[in-house]
Amino acid sequence: MGKLIIGFLVASAFLSVFTTFGIIVVLVRESIPFFSTIPLDEFLFGTKWFPLAAQPSFGVLPLVAGTAHIVIGSAFIGLPLGLGSAIYLSEYASPRMRSILKPFLELLAGIPTVVYGFFALTFVTPLLRNVFPSIQVFNSLSAAIVVGIMILPTVASLCEDALRAVPRQLRDGGYALGATKYEVTSSIVVPGALSGIMASFILAISRAIGETMAVTLAAGGTANLSFNMLDGVQTMTAFIVSVSLGDTPRGTIGYQTIFAVALLLFVITLGLNLLSNRILKRYRESYE
Amino acid sequence: MADQRATPPPEDEVLAMRNCTIRYGSHVAVRDLSLSFARHRVTAIIGPSGCGKSTLLRALNRMNDSIASMRLEGRVEYHGEDIYGPGIDPAEVRRRIGMVFQKPNPFPKSIRENVLWGPKRNGMLKGKNAAAIADLLESSLQRAGLWEEVKDRLGASALALSGGQRQRLCIARALANDPEVFLMDEPCSALDPIATSRIEDLIKELERTYTIVIVTHNLQQASRVSDYTAFMLNGELVEYGETKGIFTNPAKEKTEEYVSGRFG
Amino acid sequence: MTPGPPTNSILMSTGNLARRRLAGRCFSFLVAGCAYCTIAILAVLIIQILGKGFPLLTWDFISSFPSRKAEDAGIKAALWGTFWLMSLTMAIATPVGIAAAIYLEEFARKGKLSTFIEVNISNLAGVPSIIYGILGLALFVRAFQLDRSLIAGALTMALLILPVVIISAREAIRSVPSSLREASFGLGATRWQTTWNVVLPSAFPGIMTGLILSTSRAIGETAPLIMIGALTYIAFTPRGPMDAYTAMPIQVYDWASRPQPEFQVNAAAGIVVLMAILLMLNGVAIWLRHRSSKKAH
Repeated sequence: MGKLIIGFLVASAFLSVFTTFGIIVVLVRESIPFFSTIPLDEFLFGTKWFPLAAQPSFGVLPLVAGTAHIVIGSAFIGLPLGLGSAIYLSEYASPRMRSILKPFLELLAGIPTVVYGFFALTFVTPLLRNVFPSIQVFNSLSAAIVVGIMILPTVASLCEDALRAVPRQLRDGGYALGATKYEVTSSIVVPGALSGIMASFILAISRAIGETMAVTLAAGGTANLSFNMLDGVQTMTAFIVSVSLGDTPRGTIGYQTIFAVALLLFVITLGLNLLSNRILKRYRESYE
Repeated sequence: MADQRATPPPEDEVLAMRNCTIRYGSHVAVRDLSLSFARHRVTAIIGPSGCGKSTLLRALNRMNDSIASMRLEGRVEYHGEDIYGPGIDPAEVRRRIGMVFQKPNPFPKSIRENVLWGPKRNGMLKGKNAAAIADLLESSLQRAGLWEEVKDRLGASALALSGGQRQRLCIARALANDPEVFLMDEPCSALDPIATSRIEDLIKELERTYTIVIVTHNLQQASRVSDYTAFMLNGELVEYGETKGIFTNPAKEKTEEYVSGRFG
Repeated sequence: MTPGPPTNSILMSTGNLARRRLAGRCFSFLVAGCAYCTIAILAVLIIQILGKGFPLLTWDFISSFPSRKAEDAGIKAALWGTFWLMSLTMAIATPVGIAAAIYLEEFARKGKLSTFIEVNISNLAGVPSIIYGILGLALFVRAFQLDRSLIAGALTMALLILPVVIISAREAIRSVPSSLREASFGLGATRWQTTWNVVLPSAFPGIMTGLILSTSRAIGETAPLIMIGALTYIAFTPRGPMDAYTAMPIQVYDWASRPQPEFQVNAAAGIVVLMAILLMLNGVAIWLRHRSSKKAH
C-alpha cells in the first residue's frame, strides 16, 4: 500500500515532465506536414500571410509583427507603471497603504482576459477615438493598452520582491552620507535589484506574447505588416483562435498552419522564460 | 547626575547632548542623558548589550529618524545648534557628522564610485575637473589607509575586497564627504584581529583631523583607542571621564564591575 | 512647509539640497501616481462594466439559455457548464498537484532530477494557455477520443493549472516548521505517516488558499476551451462528464464578438456574474489566509 502511495506521488511529480514532452511532441508532429511543404525560411521570413486564400502565402512575419505591436505597446505601459508601483510599495508607502494597495493589485491580476478584451473594445477604443479620430474599431493600440494593464501586477509584484531584498545596511550607508530618499532609491536600491527587475520584465513580455483573448477581441483578425497602431492587426495567438473557430477542414495545409504558428509561439515564450531564469541565476545580486 | 571629571572645556565641545531622553513608543532607550564630545579627541561609549549606546550614537546624526516610533526630548547640539531644531534637514546634519557601521556596507559598485558617491550628490564635485576629482579619490583612500592596495583597480567592484578592506573603503567613502565628526558603531566587531588593529591605528591618525565617537563592546579597544570614555547602563550615563581614569580608578561601583568584567 | 534654519546657522544648506529635495518630491509623486493608477483603472473598469451590464442583471438572465435575441439570451448553460467544468478540473488537479508538491518537498532528494522537475514546472507555468488547448485537442479530444466533452475540457484545464497548484502547495508545505516533522520522527513515525498526519493538516490552510486561487485562474480561461471545442450555442445544462458544454468566459467572448450592440449588454452582464463569482472565491481565500495567520499567533 505504501508503495502505491509513493508511486502516485512520483508519478504526479513526473507528470510535469510528460506534459512538456507531450507539448513538444504534439507541436512538432503536427507541424511536420506543414514544414515538409513549406520551406522554413519562407515561413520565417516571408512577409505575406494568406494561408486560407486560393493562392496562399505562408510568410509568418505579419503575425509576428502583430504580436510585436502588442508587446511593444504593452511594455510601454506595463513595465514603467509596474516598476513605479513597486518602488512606491517598497520604499515610500506606509504599511497601511501597502495593505490597501496590494489587494487591489491582486484583484487587477485576477481579472480574466476576456474582460480586458471587452473593456478594450467598448471603452478604450471609443476613448481613443476622441484623440485619434481615424482609429479603427479593431486596432492594436487599445489591445496593447489593455495587455499593459494585464502585465502590470506581475511586474509590480516581482519588482517589489526584488527591491525589498536589497539589504537595509545599503540604504543606511547612503543616508549616512547625507543623501535624500530619492538618491538612495534611484542610485542604490533600484540598481541593486536590477537582475530581479530585468527578469520580471522578460516574464511580463512573455505573458504579453502569449496573451490571446484580449487581442482577439480588440485587435481583430487582419494580418498586416504595418507600423500603424490605429489599424487592426492579427497576433500569432489570435490567428490560432480564428482558424480553430472557423471551418477550415482538418488535414488541409490551412489547418496545419495552426501548429506551425503554435510551435513558433512556444519556442519564443520558452526561450524568454529560460532567459529570465538564467538572468536570475547568473546575475542575482550577492550583496555579501 | 553623571560624574564629569576632566570634561573638555566648553569651547572644545563639537557635539553635545543635553538632557536627552529617547523613546521608541513606550520603551525608554536613553534617559535624561547629557554628554559632550571634544574636538580632535576619540570618545568611546561602552556598556553591556541593550544599554542604549547604539541608540545614542544614531541620535547624533539623526539616523534614528527613520524609525517611526522614535521620540527625542532634549537637545543635541552641534557647535551649539540643536540638530533636531525646526527646519534643519537631516541630510545636512549627516554630511557633517559621518558614520561607519558595524558590518561594512560598501555599495555593489566600483571602488571609485563608492568613494565619490557622497561628493557627487552633495555638489562637492561641481566645477572640479577630472584631475581634482582624481585627487579627492586618492586622498580619501590614502587617509583611510587603502590607497596602496587598490590604486590600480579603482574600477573593480567593492565587493571583491576583504572585510577589513571594505571597512576602510567605508571610512574612505565617509572621509570624501568632508565631515567634521566621525561616528563609529562597533566598527571592528565583524573583522579579524589584524584588520581590527589596522583600523585602530587609523582611528588614532584620523583623530588629528576629526572628532571621533566610537561605540564598542571591546573594553581593551576602548582603552587603547580613546581619550574619553562614557559608561552607559540601562539607558543612563553612569560615568564619564578620561579613559585612563575610568579604567584604572573608576568613581562608580557599577563602572568598576563592568570594566573588570564582572558583568556585561 | 518647514522654514530653513536661521541665516547664521552653520547647518545652513550647502546650496544644492533644496534642489535635491524638490527632485525627490517630484519622484515620490511620480511613483505614488503609478501605484494609485491601478486603483483608478480598476475603478473605471468596474464602473464601466457594471453600467453597461446593468439592464440585464435580472434573475431571468441567470436562468435562461442563449438565444438569437439579445434580450432573451441568458447565461444558465454557461453557469452550469463552468460549475461542472471547475468541479471536474479541481477533482483531478487537487490530488495530483498536492501529491507532486509532497513528493518534491518531503521525499525527493535534492539533486539534478528534482531540479529538472522544478525547471519543468516553472516553465510550464509560463506556457501560453492556448498551447495547452492544442495539447488537449491532440491528446484528449483525438487520441483519447473524448471528443468535445466535459471530461476532455477538465483534463486540459487540470494540466493548465497544475503548475500553479504545485507551486502554491509547495510553499504551504515548506512553511510548516521542521520542528513538527522532527517531533513526529522522534515518535517513530514513517515519512509518509508524518506527511499525512502532521505536515498536511498544518499546511492545509495554505493549500486551500492556493487551490482557491488556482480555481479563480481556471474559471477565466477561454483560449484552451476554444481549442478543444467548448461550444457557444448550448441550450442545455450538462448532465454527465461526457456531455458537451459551454463555459462562462466562452459565452462572454461569443457575445462580445457579435457586431450587434445589444449583445454588448449581455456580455457585460455575463462579466458581472463572472466577476461576482471570482470575488466570492477570492474573498474566501483572503478570509482563510487571515484565519490561518491569526491561528498562528
